[in-house]
Order: sequence, then C-alpha cells, then structure tokens
Amino acid sequence: MSKPSDNLIEIRDLDYSRGSRPIFRGLNVTIRRGEVTAVMGPSGTGKTTLLRLITRQLLPDSGVVLVDGVDIGTLSQSELYRMRQRFGMLFQNGALLTDLSVFENVAFPLREHTRLTNRLIRHVVLTKLHAVGLRGAADMMPRELSGGMARRVALARAMVMDPEILIYDEPFVGLDPISMGVIVRLVRRMNDALGISSILVSHDVQEISTVADCSYLISDGKVAASGSPQELSSATSDLVRQFMHGMADGPVAFHYDAPDYEEQLLGRDAD
Amino acid sequence: MTLVREVYETLVEFVRTFGAFILFFVELLFHTPQAVFGRFRLIVAQVHNTGTLSLVIILVCGLFVGAVLGLQGFANLQRFNAEDTVGTFAAFALVKELGPVITALLFAGRAGTALASEIGLMKATDQLSAMEMMAVNPVSRVVVPRFIGGCISVPFLTAGFSAIGLFGAYLVAVVLLGVDVGAFWQQMQQTLSFKDVEEGIVKSILFGGAASLIAVWEGYNCIPTAEGVGRATTRTVVITAIVVLVVDFMVTATYL
Repeated sequence: MSKPSDNLIEIRDLDYSRGSRPIFRGLNVTIRRGEVTAVMGPSGTGKTTLLRLITRQLLPDSGVVLVDGVDIGTLSQSELYRMRQRFGMLFQNGALLTDLSVFENVAFPLREHTRLTNRLIRHVVLTKLHAVGLRGAADMMPRELSGGMARRVALARAMVMDPEILIYDEPFVGLDPISMGVIVRLVRRMNDALGISSILVSHDVQEISTVADCSYLISDGKVAASGSPQELSSATSDLVRQFMHGMADGPVAFHYDAPDYEEQLLGRDAD
Repeated sequence: MTLVREVYETLVEFVRTFGAFILFFVELLFHTPQAVFGRFRLIVAQVHNTGTLSLVIILVCGLFVGAVLGLQGFANLQRFNAEDTVGTFAAFALVKELGPVITALLFAGRAGTALASEIGLMKATDQLSAMEMMAVNPVSRVVVPRFIGGCISVPFLTAGFSAIGLFGAYLVAVVLLGVDVGAFWQQMQQTLSFKDVEEGIVKSILFGGAASLIAVWEGYNCIPTAEGVGRATTRTVVITAIVVLVVDFMVTATYL
C-alpha cells in the first residue's frame, strides 16, 4: 500500500467453475476507488459468485484478485480476516443474526473486533441506525422487520466498522418502490459522504443507471460490455441491447438448453 | 461395471466426507481454548439451551425407566426369593448402561436436532457467510459454544437420569411392592463399586462429546436448503444412535 492507485480491486484472467460447469472464463474487472461500480448480468451468470471470489469466500481456479495491489489468494487466515474488516457486505436477504436484536446485530462487529465501552458502542450503533432511518427499531428482533427494513439494518451493520468498500448483493430485489428509492439513495449517499467505494450486483437496469458510475455486464463467463450506464444503454451489441431493454429473446436465449422439442414430445429419445 | 463404479464412488465420497469431518474436528478443537476464555457467556447460554431445557424430558423418562426396572426386577427376582436385590439390579442397569445410553439418545432427539437445525438454518440464511465477511470465524462463534455446551450438559443430565431412575425404582419396589427399605439401599451400596460409577461417567462424557459433535457437524455441513436442513436433523438422530450404541459396546468391553 505504498501509493494508492486508482484501482482498488482488480480481477485478472479469472477462471472459476462449479463442478463441471464453467462460471467465469478469463474475467477481467477493475473497480476504481471512490466510485459505485455495478456488476450486471442475466440471472445465473454468477454475479453473487463474483462477490464471493472478491472476498475470498471462494478461491478461483486460476487468475488473481488484487485488492490494493495485494493478491488475496496468498493471504493467511488472519491476514484475510484483517482485510475483510475493510469490507462491508450487504447480503441479498440481509443475513441478520436472528437470535440478536437489531441493536446487537449492528453492534456485533464492534463487540467482536474492538474493546469499546458499552457507552461508546451504543453511541456508534445509534448513529449508524439513525443514518439508515431505523434508530427507532433498535430493540426489535430481525423477524419483526420487513424486507426493506432488514436490508437497511444490514446496511447499518455493514457500515459500523467504517469499511473502505461496501459490497451490495442484489440490494433492490423484492422491495416495494418506496424502499427501493430509499436504498438507491442510501447507496449513493453512503458512497459519497463516507468517501468509500461501492460494488453493486444487480439486474435492475433502471436503478443501476441512476446510481452507478461504471457498470459491467457479464455474460457467458466474460465481461460482455462495460462503461457508464449511458454508454451501455446506447450500445449497439445485441446482447447489451437485449439486457438493457429487457427483451425476452436474443443472444441470451429464452429457452434453456434442451433436446429437440419435436423429438422429445414424440418420445423418440425415451430409450 | 456400473456396480463397481458406484461402490468406488461411494467409497471416495465416504473418505472425502470423513476427511472433512476430521478437519472440522481439528478446527473446532483449535478454537476451543479461545472460546472457553473469550466466549464464556455463550457457553453458559448453550448449557442452558441444551441442558436445562432438556431437564424435563430427561427426568420424566428417567423416573419411568427406573419404575419399570423396579417392576421387572421385582417380578423376576421374586422367583428366586431375591427381591431384596432389586435395588442392586436397578442401580447396575441405570448407572452403567441405561442412564448414559438413554440420556444420550434423548439428548440427540431434544437438543441435537435443535443444534443441527439451528446451525443449518443459519447457514441457509447466509448468517454464517455474513459472519465470515465480518471477519468472525463461525466455528469459533457458533459451533464451539454449542459443542462445549453439549459436552457439559450430557454428563449432568446422565447423573440426573440415573438418580431419579433409582428413586423411581425405590418408589415401585419399596413403597408399592413392599421390598425392605434397608435391604434395598444397603445391597446397592455394598455391591455397586466406584468403578461401576466411573464406567457410567466415562460413557456419559464420551456420549456427550459424540452427540454434540455429530449435531454441530451435521448442521454446519448440511446442504443449505429446507430439505437439506431437514435431512441434517434426521441424520443427527440416526448417526448419534448408532455411534452411541457402538461406543457403548466398546467401553463396556474394556471395563469387563
């Protein structure tokens, strides 16, 4: 970490397969400091897998993931944990610890990693909850929260250690328009107010275009297109157009690979 | 050919699972000292969770198992005019065999399934991944306290089971059937040596470790879906039952 370069995370020539199914083949992605970077792609292209590779919950088959120029594949367990404290991650469903209250969920990283007094912890936690508008819900249990509230609590928890990088896994899925607007605004505000970098995995084209500085469209294990959302929506490639404008059929076929329809209906492949 | 292939694949799968199990156990042991000193409260909570909350089922079952021993013992020993030894009979059966074994099986059903499904659901809802991402090792935070809690609970539950079982036998044999109260206790005291009690204690410790370990392993290693969690809880009971009975045989053999 001698000189902070503009590239916070670099993924180079990454290959990863699950079982015999290749997920990524020669993936190259760069995430720049201070920006909101979106990773988009049709369902099943391994967007969440990519996040798990960036945070080394999974190891790539080949290729490297560099965080601040350090290959995270070479880190020891304790170095890896130290690095993870620089990340905050928001899981798809929030992943709040169900046996702890909202307050204790947000306090959890502090209690684990710091020796702050209870008074200070209370101070920090209430500040973070206030930032996501849920200070009043501090004493509730996770099961009492709506989906949007749970995600905001998870966001407060992800921020509580003041990370440099916030990672959002599908933050917009299954939210009503109001909660969605709240989350979109929070993502942008957190990024700019705290001077951090954000990575966002989603397939909500509309929301991405309002919040992201740079987006990657992943398909078929590779980056199919990248650039600002405006550049992407005016792109001419069939795949990008299909995705950005939500067309049912195109390079991403409507049908999953299957044997010939006529053959199968007539039962000729039965033996 | 397919048979050979299937056997081979099953064997490879077994070795792989067994290896993963050993690694899991080593990691668990590695985190144990830190958890004992750093997460003492969590362990206490788990002793309550696995032990205190299992007390009712253990005590009720123990009372009735003891009562049945009193009845059976009386009915059979009476034929040899040896009904005075019913206390000895019940004590041997409870302290050496039935206490540890039935407690372990009940523990697997009451607490083991709860541990496995709880950890499995935490996995299915990404709570374990979330901990990983917060740089908290889930083995240390979630698994070890539950394992140690179970290890502490089972010997005490076993003691409770055996004690109330003896009381049950006393109620039936002495109060109901009229065996001499002095003979009942004195025969027991004379014949039951410390070595017999020790055998029961050793068994309860081993069974407690095995039952807790199987439960946390099945939960931690389950397929994170509704079906996977269900299967993990079933396997917890089945595997614990088999392991407990096999280990029981081996310990009994070494104590003869």
